[in-house]
Amino acid sequence: MHLLLAPVRWLMHLIGVPLGWVQRTFGMGGMAAVFLAPNLLVFSVFIVFPIGVNVWYSFTGGAALFPAGRVFVGTEQYDLLLACDSYLDPFSCRQDRFWKGVHNTAFFVVAQVAAMVAAALITALVLNREIRGRGFWRAVFFFPVLLSPVVVGLMWKWILLRDGALNALLVSLGYQRIEFLTDPQWAMFWVIFVSVWAHLGFYALILLAGLQAIPHDVYEAAKMDGTPAMRVFWRITLPLLWPTMLVVLVLASIRAVQVFDDAYVLTGGGPGTATFFIVQYIYETGFAGAARNLGLAAAASMLMALVLVVLTLAQLGITAWRDRQEGKR
Amino acid sequence: MTGIAESGGVLRFLTRRRNEGRIHWTDVATWMWLISGLILMFGPVIWLGLSSLKTRAALTEFPPTLLPLATKEVRVEGFANPLPLFVVKLEDGTERELAQVRRVGIRARMVDPADPTKTFDVPIEARTAVREVSPAWENYTEPLQRFAFVRFFGNSLFVTIVATIITLIVNSMAAFALAKYQFRGRGAIMAFIVSTLMIPLSVILIPLFMVINGLGLFNSLWGVILPTVATPTGVFLLRQYMLTIPDEMLEAARMDKASEWQIYWRIILPLTAPALAVLAIFSVMWRWNDFLWPLIVLSRQELFTLQIGLSSFAGELNVQWHYVLAMTFVTMLPVVFVFGLLQRFITTGIAGTGMK
Repeated sequence: MHLLLAPVRWLMHLIGVPLGWVQRTFGMGGMAAVFLAPNLLVFSVFIVFPIGVNVWYSFTGGAALFPAGRVFVGTEQYDLLLACDSYLDPFSCRQDRFWKGVHNTAFFVVAQVAAMVAAALITALVLNREIRGRGFWRAVFFFPVLLSPVVVGLMWKWILLRDGALNALLVSLGYQRIEFLTDPQWAMFWVIFVSVWAHLGFYALILLAGLQAIPHDVYEAAKMDGTPAMRVFWRITLPLLWPTMLVVLVLASIRAVQVFDDAYVLTGGGPGTATFFIVQYIYETGFAGAARNLGLAAAASMLMALVLVVLTLAQLGITAWRDRQEGKR
Repeated sequence: MTGIAESGGVLRFLTRRRNEGRIHWTDVATWMWLISGLILMFGPVIWLGLSSLKTRAALTEFPPTLLPLATKEVRVEGFANPLPLFVVKLEDGTERELAQVRRVGIRARMVDPADPTKTFDVPIEARTAVREVSPAWENYTEPLQRFAFVRFFGNSLFVTIVATIITLIVNSMAAFALAKYQFRGRGAIMAFIVSTLMIPLSVILIPLFMVINGLGLFNSLWGVILPTVATPTGVFLLRQYMLTIPDEMLEAARMDKASEWQIYWRIILPLTAPALAVLAIFSVMWRWNDFLWPLIVLSRQELFTLQIGLSSFAGELNVQWHYVLAMTFVTMLPVVFVFGLLQRFITTGIAGTGMK
């Protein structure tokens, strides 16, 4: 360990030489700038600058990659995206794939977040009880969170194939095989199921922390009154957990809007466009295939950003409100 | 920790109060949830592991067997190659273990392994293969030789390690400045950093791709690494932790003529080690699992990370599932290993910071 650290120490000394000069010349303020510079540089180049450029891209057309070569077209890209006879019917839109993606994503967000919050809440309640080997059980529900979307997607695809383990189970129980991944409704169901499976542990942990923050004396009082378990849950646990629930709700929504990778590996957006989501539209419009349209992809990502900004502001508001609530307690 | 145990105890007391000693419905529900959770969470992984050891032929079987089975083979005198072993029901009703010499249409020519002079001619329905557990390790070794998986693994390792080191340095420096210096605009910079949380990568894919191209980082592992190294959550987490370090320590060091840089790496960094460890774990997990951004930046196969290589390999028209499953398992292993070691760190880190 000592030998391992020696080059690090030497390197730090080396960096310290010019920084000593900076400190003597510009004082403490100069050092603050030095410490902040690398971070702000990365943020500016790879996040802030691209945000600005994205706005410009969404108002331009043509095939050029760099902004200078692009032609200003006004709101043409947005007009194209929003050209619909009826927003309820994706096929009445000029960009029918985009709207199919919007519809699928909206459905996914509602269904997945509802399922996620319900499953995470039950898991948190169960883990909050005095059970033997709680650490082990917590790990059981949590470990899929760490798996990569590619691993998760492939693992479940292998189970859900026509000749997969789940169909083998169905046949052995005397049922017909089901084409899980080539039937549109089943494909959507499994995309939702797998994404709940993969992320459940994360939200369960946050809810568990929320449950454990509920003061015990409230339960003590309920115990004195001999309140039944269900009423304790509805009247005490749920109201006191509500702020944490809201945070989970918004966090899960923010992630659900961006659904792409595990679904992409599991179904590839199919069958047809049954599990085709907005991010896949942006990816395919901007990067895949022959007909790249960066302007259109940028406009679509601006529309998605709008939704995400609203959700994030909601989350920040809720977090601040929750902290105030806890301060009051 | 006692608080947790207490509240659990209170709950249990609440649910069991009425019928002391008898099992309450909530206990049944709890264990049903736990057991089905165990099956649902571990089942797929175990199934993946077992399947990855099956031969290509065994994978196409329906219904699949649980364990990787292969037909047992025996060496029989007078035959150059090992022969597959079968249990054969003979016409007189007896059953014998015989080796198959060859199959002709619906008949098979069998030989007694104990006595090679005795041969039998039986219909193929009369025989069933004798099978034994035999893991097909070649699913793991062959892709390592025939495909670029070692290369993909190396690329992933490089991206993960380098990105994590840079993440730790860059974010801890910024966090130090934001926690321990008084300067104008500090609040604004903090707000600015946190506000970038709102813009996930999937929103700025197109312009970021342009930036990477402009910097000449397209098809370079650095193009995967650099945009990810400044994470708002990282700065926030480290800053919160550094705020708890007393200023007197810094003052004392300044009295001893320590430079600010020395204060940063000799005092602040060692004292922030627990928070750095949490950030390191998350960074490793994020970078190892990254998919969408590497998919866009890397188009040359020799630069693929494990995730991209695996998904492109699995997306081929004729999926070689016996290799795909084995490589999926390999891709999963490092993360599972890290989790096994640092489980407590990870779960408490998540519960404490709400980051993922």
